[in-house]
Amino acid sequence: MEKLLRVENISKYFDLKSGLFKFGGAQVVRAVDNVSFELYKNQTLGLVGESGCGKSTLGRVILRLQEPTSGTVYFEDTNLSLLKPEELRRFRIKMQIVFQDSYSSLNPRHSIGEIIAEPMTIHTRMTQHEIRARTYELLNLVGLKPSHASRFPHEFSGGQRQRINIARTLALYPSFVICDEPISALDVSIQAQVVNLLRDLQKELGITFLFIAHDLSMVKYISDRIAVMYLGKIMELAGSDLLFANPLHPYTQSLISAIPIPSPQEERMRKAVVLEGEVPSPVNPPAGCVFHTRCPVADDLCSSSEPDYSEHNPGHFVACHYAAVRRVE
Amino acid sequence: MKPLLSVRNLSTRFDTFDGSVYAVNDVSFDLKAGETLAVVGESGSGKSVTMLSLLGLLPRSTWVTGSAIFAPEGFELDLLSVSKAELNSLRGNKISIIFQDALRSLNPVMTVGEQITESLITHHQYNKNGAHKRAVELLEMVGIAQPDKRYYAYPHMFSGGMRQRAMIAIAISCTPDILIADEPTTALDVTIQAQIVELTRRLQQDLGIAVIWITHDLGVVAGLADRVMVMYGGTGVEIAPVDLLYENPGHPYTAGLLGAIPSIAGSSADRLVSIEGAPPDLFQEPRHCQFAWRCRYVFDRCWKEKPPGYIISPGQVVKCFYDGREKTPRVEE
Repeated sequence: MEKLLRVENISKYFDLKSGLFKFGGAQVVRAVDNVSFELYKNQTLGLVGESGCGKSTLGRVILRLQEPTSGTVYFEDTNLSLLKPEELRRFRIKMQIVFQDSYSSLNPRHSIGEIIAEPMTIHTRMTQHEIRARTYELLNLVGLKPSHASRFPHEFSGGQRQRINIARTLALYPSFVICDEPISALDVSIQAQVVNLLRDLQKELGITFLFIAHDLSMVKYISDRIAVMYLGKIMELAGSDLLFANPLHPYTQSLISAIPIPSPQEERMRKAVVLEGEVPSPVNPPAGCVFHTRCPVADDLCSSSEPDYSEHNPGHFVACHYAAVRRVE
Repeated sequence: MKPLLSVRNLSTRFDTFDGSVYAVNDVSFDLKAGETLAVVGESGSGKSVTMLSLLGLLPRSTWVTGSAIFAPEGFELDLLSVSKAELNSLRGNKISIIFQDALRSLNPVMTVGEQITESLITHHQYNKNGAHKRAVELLEMVGIAQPDKRYYAYPHMFSGGMRQRAMIAIAISCTPDILIADEPTTALDVTIQAQIVELTRRLQQDLGIAVIWITHDLGVVAGLADRVMVMYGGTGVEIAPVDLLYENPGHPYTAGLLGAIPSIAGSSADRLVSIEGAPPDLFQEPRHCQFAWRCRYVFDRCWKEKPPGYIISPGQVVKCFYDGREKTPRVEE
């Protein structure tokens, strides 16, 4: 399969030592810590994790909206971190992002038509007429009406606003789109609409998606592969169906177990694993395996040495000493 | 047995600058002592407003009609017509509520402990020492480690999950008859959500509190509720025991909601079922079925009158004309 994007050992640390309280030891937030993965053309990689695990930061670092502390990102064999600002600007045409908050990412004083046309006015030499035609085409594509072009963001519902955001990102025919929790703020029935729309667009336009979310069950329906993050590191990465059928990491196992089953009988029968405690602070992440403080099957080895992130089975990566040996029950 | 709370024909209307908003229309339900009733609906379906109406927590420009008979042991009164003073003695004492945003519900300049003692001192004749002791006990009950130290912590020092635990401690401090939980886990991570659900279930069993759990997530409801009310466009479109609702949903909207839940057993190649269209505009007084715009079974009668409640099986009441339901007996008003 053809690779579109290659992320190698990327880290993003935030320095807490600035500001008023400069004394004391070095305080560093390890938002993303040594993450590597590949993204195949025309596929979707789901990136899942609890709040504060660094999934959004990773998305921003890939697009160089934030500079990585170390590591490199290759986009079709171009090293993005070496690009000069002007070159990067040209690359941005191919890489787009959709954010969670559909309202604050739309300018409330611009009409929908102006919002969708803006990338074309900035990056292309299309005529006014061409731009208008393309705007209407995009509105149709995401399931809105051309007559909506003259309306303003506040006149739309959350689901419709997310469609507008998607239309804008598609304006310049991107090959790679990051969706940063695009459905988290939407109602269940509307979430399904947006997920189905993204799937249709992928089939039609051949776009590669990085789909960031905290809801494992919804991610399954859009991703070809899923990566599970915890405290800045990838714990497990595998094909969607494989990850659900045979999760190797205790964290993935407990996340899957925490998904409620929409059937009262089954829900009463099964014993869900409820993880104790909360995600530790990324300022001083635990030594050894970062998950050992909450892991039901951890032992001394886990608290002293960090497990390698390695390919356990072909295409199934995991970072755990006891992958497939110990299971959370 | 008489229900603990019996709500009949509750309607709530807000008069705004742009016109009237018909937020709740003709909602009726019963709550038995000790049971869990889940109220499920999308944003704007009126589930929160229904509860706020019952507790008299809405602004003055609101019109609330109907009745809500609250009948715990010993007395009986209509929540919608009692005086403010009476309502004050009930709220936080006999009926308490926890909200989605725990940080905004807690006072940022008071310690968590003080906020728990507040309702103990107001509603029960606790002295300061007694209230302190009880507050520490409550913190321990909701699973906060080192409760005697955390008593002196401020809300910002707590994580999201711990704040919600503190809220629950305040809510159960007077051992209420009814606990209303308004989307308490929506802002939390999945693993923390599981902890809070577990905690609520345990407390309910220990203390015998009736819980009204408001949520938009039918998945959570399955393991939690005894009965479910599904709300759409300000109306309770279906009420049913939890098993019946999932097995044999009576309303097309309930069926659609159940279909939209991604199943972990399904294949990733499956397509999610979505309900096309968007929720109704509540600026118009409903004169027909609110779901008619999005319903795939819609026919002319749905546009002409509001469907009454039909009993389709024991305990399952559905407001829908589809499937020749006119033949089945109507709910007594």
